[in-house]
Amino acid sequence: MHPFEYLRPRDLAAAVGESATGNYLAGGMTLLPSMKLRLTSPDKLIDLSGLKDLTGIQAESAAVVIGAMTRHAEVAASAEVRRLIPALAELAGGIGDPLVRNRGTLGGSLANNDPAADYPGALLALGGTVVTDRRDIAGDDFITGMFSTALEPGELIVRVKFPVARRAAYVKFPSPASRYAMVGVFVAETAAGVRVAVTGAAACAFRLTAFEDALQKSFAVESLAGLTVSGDGYNQDLHGSADYRASLVPVMAKRAVAAALAR
Amino acid sequence: MTVEVSLQVNGKAVSAAVDPRTLLVELLRQHLKLTGTHVGCDTSQCGACVVHVDGCAVKSCTMLAVQAEGSSVTTIEGLAQGSTLHPVQEAFRECHGLQCGFCTPGMIMSAVDLLQRNPNPTEPEIRHGLEGNICRCTGYQNIVRAVATAAAKLRGDTAAA
Repeated sequence: MHPFEYLRPRDLAAAVGESATGNYLAGGMTLLPSMKLRLTSPDKLIDLSGLKDLTGIQAESAAVVIGAMTRHAEVAASAEVRRLIPALAELAGGIGDPLVRNRGTLGGSLANNDPAADYPGALLALGGTVVTDRRDIAGDDFITGMFSTALEPGELIVRVKFPVARRAAYVKFPSPASRYAMVGVFVAETAAGVRVAVTGAAACAFRLTAFEDALQKSFAVESLAGLTVSGDGYNQDLHGSADYRASLVPVMAKRAVAAALAR
Repeated sequence: MTVEVSLQVNGKAVSAAVDPRTLLVELLRQHLKLTGTHVGCDTSQCGACVVHVDGCAVKSCTMLAVQAEGSSVTTIEGLAQGSTLHPVQEAFRECHGLQCGFCTPGMIMSAVDLLQRNPNPTEPEIRHGLEGNICRCTGYQNIVRAVATAAAKLRGDTAAA
């Protein structure tokens, strides 16, 4: 690791005030390994763990609001999340491994926007809203590309609002080595209609409108019969080709619909 | 530039002036000479370096020492009571839940955390609970058996143990 200055501010304004010359450090589950490999070398780390306003889970009438620094393990274990959006609790409980879930955070995962991260799928499918230090960003606008988001330089995620879905489920095919999603599909029947989001398959999470339309007519596994996706532009690596990932998408989508219906 | 860090390690107050780059595992092994915590992969995958920070199992190679400021850290050295092994340590010994032993400190720290959260895990729950810990010798069978045995001991279920 290259040397850096370390700060742990106590309030949001102080953290944002330092951001012109530093990088935020949330759970560090991606940033620290990247720094060890010298893929990134920030001059200054702004540790967000001192900002108590960024933690905690609140149930509202039709939404769950989760602080950006809330750890995956806390989301997975939260009675409120399990009651209101069980698919989200299960997603959080399947990220990485238990040790990663004890450190990794919701805000860190979304800000990093790894192509194979799980939370971006939930953000899109549930129609969530990212609340930052300066504005609200709709999930559909937040995710813009591989490791890229609508966040401006220095903009800090404070919390994320996930509307409660009528029913929802997330099913992924994890890489046996990294546990990252080769393909993950989040299906949600929301107040605004059925939404289907895919993660792991391409540069960033995306919605599948053809699948949404089919499920909107009838929320059943059979509605997806015969639907396929093209692997054009999909990720390929040593774990699987683009076509393999494309073939996983309808399989995971059907399993997710079945899981949502089984609740 | 160094930063002062103060924390509890195995119940003792510790403070050190460290470069911010210092990993928690480096603080433990090099500054405090607690070499029971191992560095396996150093890339956040193998879990040999697992310790508890404020009661949660974490990879100490993927945490800066300065992030542990004010925390209470427990390492493998902090589990036994004098010469009496922790029930999970005892079960690993009894069930021979190891071959070379390199992954064992991390395995045990993860298992202790797992059993704190779920005192009566099924075999799949044990295997999922140890997903962050890699063993390249045993094929895991005796490790899983050790955790199940420890769970039974901790529940006071002598018949199963």
